[in-house]
Amino acid sequence: MGRYLIRRTLFLILVLWIVSVLTFLIFVKLPAGDPARRAAGTRTTEAQVEEARERLGLNDPIWVQYTRFAKGLVPWPGWFLNEQVYYSFKNFVPVKEEIFGRIPVTITLAVGAGATWLLVGIPIGIISAIRRRSLADRAGMLFALFGVSAPVFWLGLLFLYIFWFKFQQMGWPHAPGSGIPTGENLFEAVLAGRFVMPWIVLALSFAALYSRMTRGNLIETMGEDYIRTARAKGLSERRVIFKHGLRAALTPVVTMFGMDLGLLLGGAIITETVFNLPGVGQYTLNAIKTSDFPAVMGVTVFAAFFVVVANLVVDVMYAALDPRVRYS
Amino acid sequence: MPSDCLLEVKDLKVHFPTDDGLVKAVDGISFTVDRGQTLGVVGESGSGKSVTFMTIMGLINRKKAHVEGEVLFGGRDLLKMPEDELRKIRGNGMGMVFQDPMTSLHPYYKVGTQIAEAILTHRDMPKEEAHKKACEMLDVVGIPQPAERAKQYPHEYSGGMRQRAMIAMALSLNPDLLIADEPTTALDVTVQAQILELIGRLKEDFNVGVVLITHDLGVVHDVAQRVMVMYAGRAVEIGSRDEVFNNPLHPYAWGLLESIPHVDQKGTRLVPIEGLPPSLIFVPPGCPFHPRCPHRFEPCDKEIPAFIDRGGGHPEACHLPIEDKRRIYSEREAGRRSRKAAS
Ligand SMILES: Nc1ncnc2c1ncn2[C@@H]1O[C@H](COP(=O)(O)OP(=O)(O)OP(=O)(O)O)[C@@H](O)[C@H]1O
Ligand SMILES: [Mg+2]
Repeated sequence: MGRYLIRRTLFLILVLWIVSVLTFLIFVKLPAGDPARRAAGTRTTEAQVEEARERLGLNDPIWVQYTRFAKGLVPWPGWFLNEQVYYSFKNFVPVKEEIFGRIPVTITLAVGAGATWLLVGIPIGIISAIRRRSLADRAGMLFALFGVSAPVFWLGLLFLYIFWFKFQQMGWPHAPGSGIPTGENLFEAVLAGRFVMPWIVLALSFAALYSRMTRGNLIETMGEDYIRTARAKGLSERRVIFKHGLRAALTPVVTMFGMDLGLLLGGAIITETVFNLPGVGQYTLNAIKTSDFPAVMGVTVFAAFFVVVANLVVDVMYAALDPRVRYS
Repeated sequence: MPSDCLLEVKDLKVHFPTDDGLVKAVDGISFTVDRGQTLGVVGESGSGKSVTFMTIMGLINRKKAHVEGEVLFGGRDLLKMPEDELRKIRGNGMGMVFQDPMTSLHPYYKVGTQIAEAILTHRDMPKEEAHKKACEMLDVVGIPQPAERAKQYPHEYSGGMRQRAMIAMALSLNPDLLIADEPTTALDVTVQAQILELIGRLKEDFNVGVVLITHDLGVVHDVAQRVMVMYAGRAVEIGSRDEVFNNPLHPYAWGLLESIPHVDQKGTRLVPIEGLPPSLIFVPPGCPFHPRCPHRFEPCDKEIPAFIDRGGGHPEACHLPIEDKRRIYSEREAGRRSRKAAS
């Protein structure tokens, strides 16, 4: 177990390092626009650009620059997303502040959606698997097909059109629309139901995916020899399915959930944009649109960090859930 | 010598409707199993051995199969019993051990827990007590340090140990009947011998009836008191071990016996049975074995031979008159001996 985790941690550090080198090369060394020129602004003299170059340390040896950049990936006070590198020249704020200010919204969105798709997807998958070829199974899989095929931006707009625009037209005043009004804090926004539509929209395709995965895994598991053994012991079919079947069928689902959640914590760009939620994803899109390179770098590093952490969490969970991993 | 009969199967049929047609996996089989005896069941792959005994255990999905006939166990017909009563018998009155011990235990639960679960399903007792009983059973089947071993997961066991654990589980509730479906096929030869020895010993200690399904006639010869030869979903010959091995009456049994090195004549050339087992969807008319039978004559492709004693001392299903059987078998035996001498 210990050795397994050490191995996985080292591997993830390697991944993080590769990400850092690639990001560094793309954003700092492949000048889609000279960082110094971007920092100095549009109407500047050569001297001002040179001064900016010196100030940003772009004349330092490359490894000094890389180290400064890579520190931003290390979760250490003063290092993580440090202001020397990750500083937006569009609105003159440290990227870290922007991101940290937006994390709560993104977490609320991701966790709520995650809970939704688990609560919807897994039961549908289970029912489909144990009532295979029944009406319920076909309905469930039709839902899954719809869910995986419907793009989030389309679904989001559809929801807004129906539940906000149409409802308001019909004189339903409380329909929560998009965005969080200024002056309303996150908690109030959740209570006002402003996250309900984003949760559902973001969760739908995942729910579809998870119901399919649960169904497939459970059907496969129920054909295993150890399920036959469980039946031969005289266990009730319910216990066979819910104890012996699900234990094996859900293990990969749980680990997959960790990965997906980690990914979403890096920002759910489309959902946040469609529903105008001030989260990390929306910030990412704005940064890209305005060519705010330090900000893009910042969110890239931030997302990479979350994915790696999620991976590690998943590895730990996997080891906890599957005894075979612990000893390998 | 009608010792007490545990299980009586009467004209059991198990048919699976499939897209290709009706698979007649078991097509009218009758036999009995007695307490304290081992019934060896042999037959080629696909002859319906597993399906027969899975049906008896109630492990065949009744929604996907047509099951007919009677399975009398303790005087009651299991096929007419409601599922929740059947469940009380499964694991409790009869236990089953399967072919592949590597996949038959749940990989995510400790071995001791899995055995204790079987006990707790049928007995009202505290968990600790069930766990203690599980350890005892591991000890009984010869697993060293059972208390530590009970806390381990199946992947920490070797194949032979897992099969021992399966046997411990199957016997933990003191069943009357133990069904072992090729329990040693996946194990290496020395472990095989140990497991068979164990089953033989436990049969005595627990006074259970044992059904041993196997491809290995040598194994049957060593451990069984009675033998059932199956072909295409039917029994073609049932008799005591000595009768079937020394005085086999069905041409398929002759073929089987000749296809293995003779149990007491090491080194005899193998003579495989010609042809393939029949499709279970389009079973040949008459005797299902007739297309492969070198001794067929005119009724064979028309009339299904009844499964009766034709004077040979035990029931079989072959049209040949008993004198012809005796003559042909001794000729075949003589031929085999001369082939051996020549080689
Ligand atoms: N659920 C099912 N649906 C359709 N056909 C089935 C089903 N289960 C078993 N069969 C068929 O029934 C036949 C008998 O199978 P069975 O497993 O009993 O053979 P067996 O004698 O145990 O063979 P082996 O020695 O290989 O274990 C096979 O042809 C198999 O394909
Ligand atoms: Mg079989």
